[in-house]
Amino acid sequence: MEELISINNLSFGYGESTLHKNINMKFSRGKVSAIMGGSGCGKTTILKLIAGQLQPKSGEIVVDGQVVHDQGREGIYNIRRKMGMLFQHGALFTDLNVFDNVAFPMREHTNLPENMIKDLVLLKLNAVGLRGAQKKMPSELSGGMSRRVALARAIALDPDIIMYDEPFAGLDPISMAVICDLIRSLNDALGATSIIVTHDVAETFSFADYIYFLADGEVAAEGSPKQLLASKLPFVRQFIHSEKDGPVPFHVDAPTYGVDLQL
Amino acid sequence: MERTKLDIWVGIFVIIGLAALFGLATKVGNLTSNNIKETYSVYAHFENIGGLKPRAAVKAAGVVVGRVNSIIFDTEAYHAVVSIDVDKRYVFPKDTFANIYTAGLLGEQYIGLEAGGDMTNLAAGDLITQTQDAVVLEKLISQFLYSKASEEDK
Amino acid sequence: MNNLLNIIAGLGSSFRSKMIRLGAGTRLFFLIIIYSADSFKRIGLTIREIYFTGVLSLVIIVVSAFFVGMVLGLQGYYTLEKYGSSEAIGVLVALALVRELGPVVTALLFAGRAGTAITAEIGLMKATEQLSAMEVMAVSPIARIIAPRFWAGMISMPILATIFSMVGILGGYFIAVLVIGVDEGAFWSQMQANVDFSNDIVDGAIKSIVFGFACTIIALFEGFDAPPTAEGVSRATTRTVVISSLAVLGLDFILTSFMFV
Ligand SMILES: Nc1ncnc2c1ncn2[C@@H]1O[C@H](COP(=O)(O)OP(=O)(O)OP(=O)(O)O)[C@@H](O)[C@H]1O
Ligand SMILES: [Mg+2]
Repeated sequence: MEELISINNLSFGYGESTLHKNINMKFSRGKVSAIMGGSGCGKTTILKLIAGQLQPKSGEIVVDGQVVHDQGREGIYNIRRKMGMLFQHGALFTDLNVFDNVAFPMREHTNLPENMIKDLVLLKLNAVGLRGAQKKMPSELSGGMSRRVALARAIALDPDIIMYDEPFAGLDPISMAVICDLIRSLNDALGATSIIVTHDVAETFSFADYIYFLADGEVAAEGSPKQLLASKLPFVRQFIHSEKDGPVPFHVDAPTYGVDLQL
Repeated sequence: MERTKLDIWVGIFVIIGLAALFGLATKVGNLTSNNIKETYSVYAHFENIGGLKPRAAVKAAGVVVGRVNSIIFDTEAYHAVVSIDVDKRYVFPKDTFANIYTAGLLGEQYIGLEAGGDMTNLAAGDLITQTQDAVVLEKLISQFLYSKASEEDK
Repeated sequence: MNNLLNIIAGLGSSFRSKMIRLGAGTRLFFLIIIYSADSFKRIGLTIREIYFTGVLSLVIIVVSAFFVGMVLGLQGYYTLEKYGSSEAIGVLVALALVRELGPVVTALLFAGRAGTAITAEIGLMKATEQLSAMEVMAVSPIARIIAPRFWAGMISMPILATIFSMVGILGGYFIAVLVIGVDEGAFWSQMQANVDFSNDIVDGAIKSIVFGFACTIIALFEGFDAPPTAEGVSRATTRTVVISSLAVLGLDFILTSFMFV
């Protein structure tokens, strides 16, 4: 199995702090991999590192044989042209309507004639069930709808690497099933490599090929869904069965309550 | 459609801007009366130039025929040397008279040329020999007072 | 003693942070120049921004200009009347507008209307990760967002200032000639005799280009540099107005002392 993206001994932190210590991950071509972990453990940050928006403190990230953070402007843009990314909060362009948002990457990177762009955009919008909303502005969409538009935009150019930051958040069960199928079929039809950041345990276990668990800035567990379900690691068990008490803390590191309340 | 609408508005905007510039150039400024292209320069010495400034008008019979180019002080003769650019279309006799006048009571100062009767004309680099200084208000007043005083003496 | 040291240290660090921002602003300017070639390939983007910064500022510019011209006409008339030279009203109105008020008031209005809009828009785009999303799509936000707005500001400002001067003069004409009854011929001819194209009008235009540069780059930088929060964006917007206004007035003094003295 061939690795399209590999993260080797990565450490990263915003400012002085460290968020990730010594992370190793491999994402294989044609597979759907998931990254799971508690809120604020740095999942989104990993996607940004892969996209070359942040510089690692040490270690390296290799995409398709090239070290991302050693590239110049041209190099990084060439790598990014192979990528599509769904942002956690959609990040739709608020001055463009739904249609133009999805058409944006096509207009920027291809010389396709306008009628062909129209066909492609409607195809993508149809895939996320929003062909009827093509004239709407982003401010007129619900949260779930704008994330679906953002998804259509992320896959507009049929990229080799698709990164989804919480694609299921804010979706009803029906749309969720549709989006799941979409991710799977995009992956299989295009032979793309998908990375999904998500909290949705049941859905992820049912359709991902490989899963990484992040905790305390490290990869706490990894494996195929089957392996993980069989895992005896307390951390994994807690997450899968969503137990309140266990090694994964709900609270952000803090002094004891007494200190904050000045008792 | 949206795009062409934008283009039209921006086009209108630029045209209004150009119209305003055209208005400023022709109606407000003196671009039209000021297109003296080819000039020759002559010089004049003055004991006192008053408030004359570079680019001040040079007029003959009220018509602008040139501009003051530069004003320097001659440290040997202790007078001002004014260089004047005169429009090539106009020629003046050698004994032309150069006066410094004031437009209105408090207005800008300009040079007035009064043609003499010489047969040869001023050429580039020539010196206008006959000049009259600017009227300095203080001098005028003191002259007036002296003459009054001397009148009373009699 | 300690207090004094603290004050000096505070001044030093605030000076240092201002210098850092100035440096970052200069960096942004060079980036804009580098990416401008990319953005000129899509001239439609710049035209769109000219619409937002220029065309939409037209109404406020025309209305303010007319009123400023009328006030100049009134004030000028009553002052000149005392010296019996009310015909010089045209000169006064025209020179005041072309040399000073046209460029300066336009720049101040521009900072308030277009500058704040630019800062808020870019700040919000940053806060909602739109600029990040663009980066990940391998589209440079500098080429796609910043550079078109920069050139639109640079183009709009001189046009707006020219319109301001001309409309202001018409406002002065309205009051002086049509309302008060100054002789029309004297109004225009005195103006023409004393307003010089290459000195007064061109110098005024140079001023407005400099102000356009200052206001636009300040608005862009503040937006680009704003912390990605609602509060950050609102503070950046305020700073745009304050810094642009001070910059315009300061630059105006410097330019005037070079040009007209
Ligand atoms: N721009 C930033 N500057 C400083 N700290 C940041 C920044 N972005 C994120 N962080 C911090 O980094 C940590 C990880 O953030 P990240 O967005 O990667 O979390 P996440 O795993 O995606 O969480 P969630 O599941 O809630 O989206 C958080 O603790 C956050 O406080
Ligand atoms: Mg996240």
